[in-house]
Amino acid sequence: MTQALLREIIDYANRANPYPLYEELRQTPVSHEGNGPYVVSTYYEIQSLLHDPRISSDSRNLKATGDDPLGQSADDEGTALPPSFLKLDPPDHDRLRRMTNRPFGPPHSPHRVHDMRDELDGLVAGLIDGIAGSGDLDRVDLVDQFAYPFPVTVICRLLGVPHEDEPRFHVWAETLAASLDPDPDADPTQRGKGTTDARMELGMYLAGLIEERRKNPGDDMLSQLATADGPDGAMTTMEALSTSALLLIAGHETTVNLITNGMLTLLRHPDVLKRLREEPGLSVPIVEELLRYEPPVQLLPQRTTLSDIEVAGVTIPKGASLWLMLASGNRDPKRFENPDRFDPDRKDIQHLGLGSGIHSCFGAPLARQEAQLALSELARRLVNPRLLEDPPPYRQNAVLRGPRHLPIACDGVLPRAG
Amino acid sequence: MTGEHTRDGALEHLKREGRIVIVGASLAGLRAAETMRDKGFAGSLTMIGDEPYEPYDRPPLSKQVLLGNAVADHTALPRRRAIDADWRLGVPATGLDMAARRVRLGNGDEVEYDRLLIATGVRARPWPNPEEGELEGVFVLRTRDDGEGLQRALAANPRRVLVIGAGFTGSEIASACRERGLKVTVAERGSAPLVGALGAVIGEVAAEMHREHEVDLRTGVMVTALEGDPAGRVRAAHLSDGSTVEADVVVVSLGAQRNTEWLAGSGLGAGPRGIACDAGCRAFDVRGIVTDDIYVAGDVARSPHALFGYQFLSLEHWGNAVAQADTAAHNMLSESADRRPHLWVPAFWSSQFGVNIKSVGVPPMGTEILITQGSLSERRFAAVYGYQGRVIAAVTFDNCRWLPFYEQQIESTAPFPPPFSTVDRRPEGNKPVPADFPDPSVPTHGPTITLSGYSPADRKMTFTPGR
Amino acid sequence: MRLVVDLNRCQGYAQCAFLAPDVFAMHGDESLLYNPEAAAEQREDVARAVAACPVGAILLELTDEDMADIGSQDAVAGAGAGSGGSR
Repeated sequence: MTQALLREIIDYANRANPYPLYEELRQTPVSHEGNGPYVVSTYYEIQSLLHDPRISSDSRNLKATGDDPLGQSADDEGTALPPSFLKLDPPDHDRLRRMTNRPFGPPHSPHRVHDMRDELDGLVAGLIDGIAGSGDLDRVDLVDQFAYPFPVTVICRLLGVPHEDEPRFHVWAETLAASLDPDPDADPTQRGKGTTDARMELGMYLAGLIEERRKNPGDDMLSQLATADGPDGAMTTMEALSTSALLLIAGHETTVNLITNGMLTLLRHPDVLKRLREEPGLSVPIVEELLRYEPPVQLLPQRTTLSDIEVAGVTIPKGASLWLMLASGNRDPKRFENPDRFDPDRKDIQHLGLGSGIHSCFGAPLARQEAQLALSELARRLVNPRLLEDPPPYRQNAVLRGPRHLPIACDGVLPRAG
Repeated sequence: MTGEHTRDGALEHLKREGRIVIVGASLAGLRAAETMRDKGFAGSLTMIGDEPYEPYDRPPLSKQVLLGNAVADHTALPRRRAIDADWRLGVPATGLDMAARRVRLGNGDEVEYDRLLIATGVRARPWPNPEEGELEGVFVLRTRDDGEGLQRALAANPRRVLVIGAGFTGSEIASACRERGLKVTVAERGSAPLVGALGAVIGEVAAEMHREHEVDLRTGVMVTALEGDPAGRVRAAHLSDGSTVEADVVVVSLGAQRNTEWLAGSGLGAGPRGIACDAGCRAFDVRGIVTDDIYVAGDVARSPHALFGYQFLSLEHWGNAVAQADTAAHNMLSESADRRPHLWVPAFWSSQFGVNIKSVGVPPMGTEILITQGSLSERRFAAVYGYQGRVIAAVTFDNCRWLPFYEQQIESTAPFPPPFSTVDRRPEGNKPVPADFPDPSVPTHGPTITLSGYSPADRKMTFTPGR
Repeated sequence: MRLVVDLNRCQGYAQCAFLAPDVFAMHGDESLLYNPEAAAEQREDVARAVAACPVGAILLELTDEDMADIGSQDAVAGAGAGSGGSR
């Protein structure tokens, strides 16, 4: 039953609306079958496991799962790069995350993200101008024309990766994002090789950049990661590579979904879209509700147990593979009233959309700012926007879930503000 | 069982036109008032406070305010809602007539009540020699005025600051002084800072933090006298080891005293340890009989806790004030079957020397401690305290995201030592060591959790050592 | 604007310090210090910080001064100690 449900969740045919499947999954808060993973689908259980020190993110603690058709290969990182902090436990996780945070956020760089607002404003305005100038408002793809290029440009500038190289690393990023996706039908050997190759190539590409920044450091994060020497010392070259690869991929593959899911949801809720047009500040609660209602990261399939632990009456043995179904927890009626209703006025909204605990989303404040600006400006400037396909075509990925294209039409584009 | 179904309509009457008086206009008093209005209390609400200010937040006083990042008179608490109260500020309550249901005020006024909530809190323990305590440059830190005065004194670049007592407040003051580049001496009677609250194992970590930040830390000593110059300014302190510390600012940080003197002779079960109340926040009288119309919340309350053997706990914790005020307010306006027990798990935080210290449970009950995650020497760790084979408390230094897990362990009376492994377990986490609390019958700087036995009458000081 | 942060709830995610850095500041890796009476011009940043707090720890009250230029918005935001979020 569990395996069958999981297959359905992963099945591309259900990508557009996995929520009824999650609802079914929640009937059993911790479900497990055969050699498959232990799947946790209810809010409070997920929330406590995210703060449970008996849970590891390091796949080296995972017991081999034999012929598990859904199981992750124990090390899909290959040998190209060591694991990034996403897949490490403390103290290494904490040290690397602290060092990465130094050039990014408080206490050492408290204004960096905040002060990007003007730059983000400019990018958003430029991309919407581009839509206006494309001459074809009867068919606009909000993904290709907006939601993808916006965060990619931002992460490139932040890291100091030349934007003109985007076509090259785009392919690697897609491949690596796909490796997060537990696709039962892919040939594991073939896919493993593709992943390894992509990591290798991305690693070599970034190594070249880091080398160059060590010689000529700039104001970008790559330079700062390469040359940092704080209380935690310096990152090794391999650590700097893993970390920058993680930031590049995460910056690529998640915010695009947040923005696209956001526009899709708003176009399905014209009353909210109308309110947002009149009241740009509403983008703030809208983004929080989106992170609950349509989270860009649907599940965390990479955790494991360091001891036998009991969760909701089920004993999960040491070394078991654990899937935390964030998007399901976000729709748990035991936690949220009317969970299937999109309601930006919700007061009590401690969603799991950005995770929780020590691995909570590193780029969260940037993602929030990007999505808030993007949605409020799209709402303000697009005249009478409407969906051309509902549901739109989705990307393959079940973990990093979002539309591949979002075809819309509109009657015009208003000019930039002031 | 709500209003219209009550047996005699008394509760409905109370809610509609009753008189509720809250003595103590700080965090607990304010939050209780808000909860009462939320619950539909439409009668008259009187807020009595001895300070002339509307309710303000105290934790910033030893942190942001001393660092100069916030102004002492800009710490007024945000309101959750309007409370439409009759404010009597700047006037202390001076007496209680339980039979006549009247509170007497310092200006001679009397206020009648149908329900009374006492949330008078604590005050800073003054320097025991009043004449020395009056010297210019000698401070305590509890109120907004204290904070403002001390901030000004620190801004005047004193040559050296002496902090007497290395509890949380004393340590935070020392930390702020160092951050301002001031020379600081800390004199502590116990073996280490924070030893009364967290035990000597953690106290030693705190001591290292002081030393690393170039605090002149003196432990195992008492300040025996303060010396002034002819102009009445403090100039030096004499220590029990025969040494002298020259300082032009002295901060007396020797813990707190409960504000219960005004209840002397009233018949209420109030004493130096606080006001005893039941798990539903109803005050006991001196005979150990619970009252129907007098409730207690916040720092001044002593209340029994189911998780800790129903021993009376006094908690000088911000979170306790909020939670207990909410419970007291709810119960004051409920039929007995609808009342709730105050089951808040003790929790507090402190920020000092750039380190975030957080704790849940009752550390001083612990006999043993195990470092479950991280390392003491790195000052990033989680540790659990054990008492009779169960987890009774936990503390983290810069590791607070794990704390909810340990709180669940305490709530579920999980076994100690924990039978599982965790991320970031180090060799020092292989076996428990004695938590090493000082003998609780010897007062140190006043731990922020006081266990005070099982007697509601508080006729004598009773302690239950953690062993 | 009057602010109070329930620092028992706070887990140092620093979202407030990222989004309203002139009001909220991290002190070390995990401690939060904030200005309990932020200036009216910080209103938008503070609103973002309140909404982004993953543990709903920030209680904000807009005072008359803040309300002068925004009309009839809900004056109180944030969860405070009353909501059922943490367990």
